Amino acid sequence: MKYIDEFRRSDLAQGLVSQIQHRSRTPVRFMEFCGGHTVTIFRYGIRQLLPPNIEMVSGPGCPVCVTSNADLDKAIALAKIPQAIIATFGDMLKVPGSRSSLQQAKADGADVRMVYSALDAIKMARENQDRPVVFLGIGFETTAPTIAASILQAQQQGIKNYYVISMLKLCPPVIRAILDSGEIKLDGLVCPGHVSVITGSTAWQFIAKDYGIPCVVSGFEPVDILQCVAMLVEQVESERCEVEIAYRRGVQPQGNKEALKLMRQVFQPATASWRGVGEVPGSGLRIRDDYRQFDAERAFAIEPGETYEPKGCICGEVLRGVKTPLDCKLFGKACTPQYPVGPCMVSSEGSCAAYYNYARDADG
Amino acid sequence: MCLAVPVQIKSIEGNEAEAEIGGISRRISLWLTPEARVGDYVLVHTGYAINVLDQAEAEETLKLLEEIAAFAGDDE
Amino acid sequence: MAKQEDKILLAHGSGGKIAHELVNRVFVTALDNPMLARLDDSAVADFNGRLAFTTDSYVVSPIFFPGGDIGKLAVCGTVNDLSMSGAKPLYLSLALIIEEGLPFRDLERIVASIVKAASKANVVIATGDTKVVNRGSADKLFINTAGIGMVPPGVDISGNNAQPGDRIILSGTIGDHGIAVLSQREGLDFSTKLKSDCAPLNRLVADMLEVCPDIHSLRDPTRGGLATTLNELAQQSQVSIRIEEEAIPVREEVHAACEMLGLDPLYIANEGKLVAIVPAEDADKVLKAMRANPYGRQACIIGEVRTGNPGRVVMQTRIGSSRIVDMLVGDPLPRIC
Repeated sequence: MKYIDEFRRSDLAQGLVSQIQHRSRTPVRFMEFCGGHTVTIFRYGIRQLLPPNIEMVSGPGCPVCVTSNADLDKAIALAKIPQAIIATFGDMLKVPGSRSSLQQAKADGADVRMVYSALDAIKMARENQDRPVVFLGIGFETTAPTIAASILQAQQQGIKNYYVISMLKLCPPVIRAILDSGEIKLDGLVCPGHVSVITGSTAWQFIAKDYGIPCVVSGFEPVDILQCVAMLVEQVESERCEVEIAYRRGVQPQGNKEALKLMRQVFQPATASWRGVGEVPGSGLRIRDDYRQFDAERAFAIEPGETYEPKGCICGEVLRGVKTPLDCKLFGKACTPQYPVGPCMVSSEGSCAAYYNYARDADG
Repeated sequence: MCLAVPVQIKSIEGNEAEAEIGGISRRISLWLTPEARVGDYVLVHTGYAINVLDQAEAEETLKLLEEIAAFAGDDE
Repeated sequence: MAKQEDKILLAHGSGGKIAHELVNRVFVTALDNPMLARLDDSAVADFNGRLAFTTDSYVVSPIFFPGGDIGKLAVCGTVNDLSMSGAKPLYLSLALIIEEGLPFRDLERIVASIVKAASKANVVIATGDTKVVNRGSADKLFINTAGIGMVPPGVDISGNNAQPGDRIILSGTIGDHGIAVLSQREGLDFSTKLKSDCAPLNRLVADMLEVCPDIHSLRDPTRGGLATTLNELAQQSQVSIRIEEEAIPVREEVHAACEMLGLDPLYIANEGKLVAIVPAEDADKVLKAMRANPYGRQACIIGEVRTGNPGRVVMQTRIGSSRIVDMLVGDPLPRIC
C-alpha cells in the first residue's frame, strides 16, 4: 500500500534509531498526545528501541477515553428513545458509562448500529424516514469537519430525521490546561498528526512560545514516530524550541482551510467536560443555532440519570500522563480488556489497553 | 487518534469519489477537499477525504530517511 | 400435490404433511445417499478404531458472502475440526433451525452448497433434522453439525504436545474470511474481489501426516484469528511461542481493509487455514507436502516454540523490535481512532 509500506521499512527505522542513539544525551520526557500514536508505539515496540534517557509518556488524545461518564450516560439515554436508531463509531460500543454501555443497551433492545462514517448515518436516515437517527459525534478536530459536512449535506438533501449529539472536543485548550496544572514536566511533544492536517501546525505555536516545549507533528507509521523523536532530540540537543513538521506529506502550517470553514460554520466553541481533567472552557464544540434542528440535545428531552465514577479507576491520572497503567490497583486484575472498568482499557487506543495487549513483558 | 488512510481517487462524481487502496474500493466524500483530482492520493478519515497527500514531500522525506540510514550504516 | 410455497412457514417444521414435503423437496433428493434415504431416526455404521467426534453451530450473518455461505461453512468447519485431530472425516449430522419467512430459494441454494462441500470433502451427511421457529427467533438460518471421523493408529495430535524447538507452520494467508464477510456488512461496505477462504482441509492434513506421522499439534484459526489460536496452543502446552511479522502472509486487500477500519489481521477469522506445530527436523518435508496441495500453496514457517514464559506469544515486528501478541478479547470492532 502506497504511503504506508514505505514508512514501515526496517532499514529506515534502524537508521533513525541509530541517529537517535548517537545524538540523544539529555534525559528527556516526551509525550505523545494522540491515542493513535500510542497504538503505533506499542504495536511496533518503539519504546524498546529508544535509549534509556528518553522517557515516553502517553497523553489524553483518545476522544473515547476522555468522554465523560455524564456524556456517555446521555448517549445511552438517547438509545432508549422509542423508535430511535443510534448510529455510532465502533469505538464507543463497549465503553462503560455510570450504569450501562451502548452494547448493553443494544442487548436490552435498543437499535444501536455501528457505522464507519456519518454518511452511513445519513443513509440510514433516508431509508427510515419515520424514525429519528441520532449520530454520536465523538472526535477531535479531525472528525469535527466531517460531522459538520454531514449536517450540511443533510440540510441540502432536506433530511428531517438526522440528528447529531456533539461530544466533539478541541485539543489545544486541553493541552494548555494540562500544562498549566504543572503536574507534569515535558521536554517535547509529539503533536497529533491528523488533527494537524485540519488545524495546521500553527495550532501548536503556543506550546513552544508560552511553555518552551519543542513540538514536532508526527505521522502514524513506526518510521514516522521515530523521525519525530529524532527531530525532538535534535531540538533538545541544539537548544531550540520550535514547531516542526515531520509528517510533511500530510500536514501544512495553515491546515485545511475548507475543513476549518465548514467546522466553524456549523459548530461554535463551548465548555466541555474531559474525563480526568474536568471542565475546560472553549474545548468542546456545540451545534450553532442556525443548525439547531439537527441537534439531538435540543430535539429530545433525555434523562441520563445520576453520574457515577468507578471506584479505584485512575483513568484521569493516566490520561494526564501523571501515572501509568501499571500504577493502577485495578490494572490486570479487576480491570482487563474483557471486563473493563474505565475507558482507557476499553478503547483500542487507550493507554491501559495498549499496555495490557502489547507491553506486559516482551522478553519471550 | 483519527485513523486516516491514503487512498487513490479513481473517479469523481460531484462531491463524491470512488477511491482505492490495496485492491479494495470505497465511495468517499470530497466535501472537505474540493480541490482533489482523479489520480490524487487523499487521506480518508471516516469516509471523508481530509487532505490531498503531497507526493513530492513524501518522496523527499523518504530520500532524507534513506540518507540517514546510509549514514548510520557507514558508522557501524 | 400441495401448492409449493415461496417461503418457509412454521408448518414446515411441525412434523406433519407439509413438513414431509419440505424434507422431500429440499433435502432427500439433494442429499441423496443410502443412509439418509432410509429416513430412520438414527444412522447406523460399523467402526473399528479410535473415533474423533466434534460439533459446532453456525450462525454467520449474512448467510451468503463472497466465496461461500453458511452451508459450506457448516460442512467445512466440522470437517476441519475432525481433521485437526488427524482424523479422516466420515459422517456429518445436519440440523437446521430455520426462521419463518426464509425464502425456499435461499434454503435450496444453501443445501446445494452443503452437497457440493460434502462431496468435495468426501463425507456423508448421514442424518438430519429441521425445525422452523417464529420470525425473530433466529437470524434467517442457524445450522448445527456434528461430525465423526477415524483417527489412524499411532497418530496423537493435540494442543498439549508442542515442544520447545518445534517449528510453527501456517498454511496460507490470514484474514480473508473475516474481511470478506465484513465487506458485506451494512455501514462498512466496501467493494473487493476478496473471497472467504472457506475450504475443507482433510486432504491437506492427510498429505501432511503421510510425510510426518509425528505432527504435534494442529489447529484452525477461526474466530479470534491466528493470534488467539497461538495463545491457546502456548497455554495448553505451557510453552512460549515466537513468530515473525514478516513471515506471516497477508493479502494486500486484507491489509488495506484492516488499515481502513483499524483492525489487525492477526485477529481476523479464517475458515480454510491451519496452524501446524511440528518437530524441527520434519518442518521442511511437511512444508513441501503442504505446498503441493491446493489449500497449502502459500504455506510457510512463521515461528518456533521456545522455553520460558509459558503461555506467552511474542512477535518480532518488521522493524526489528518485539511485542506481545495477546488473545482477542470480545469482537474486533472497526474504529475511527
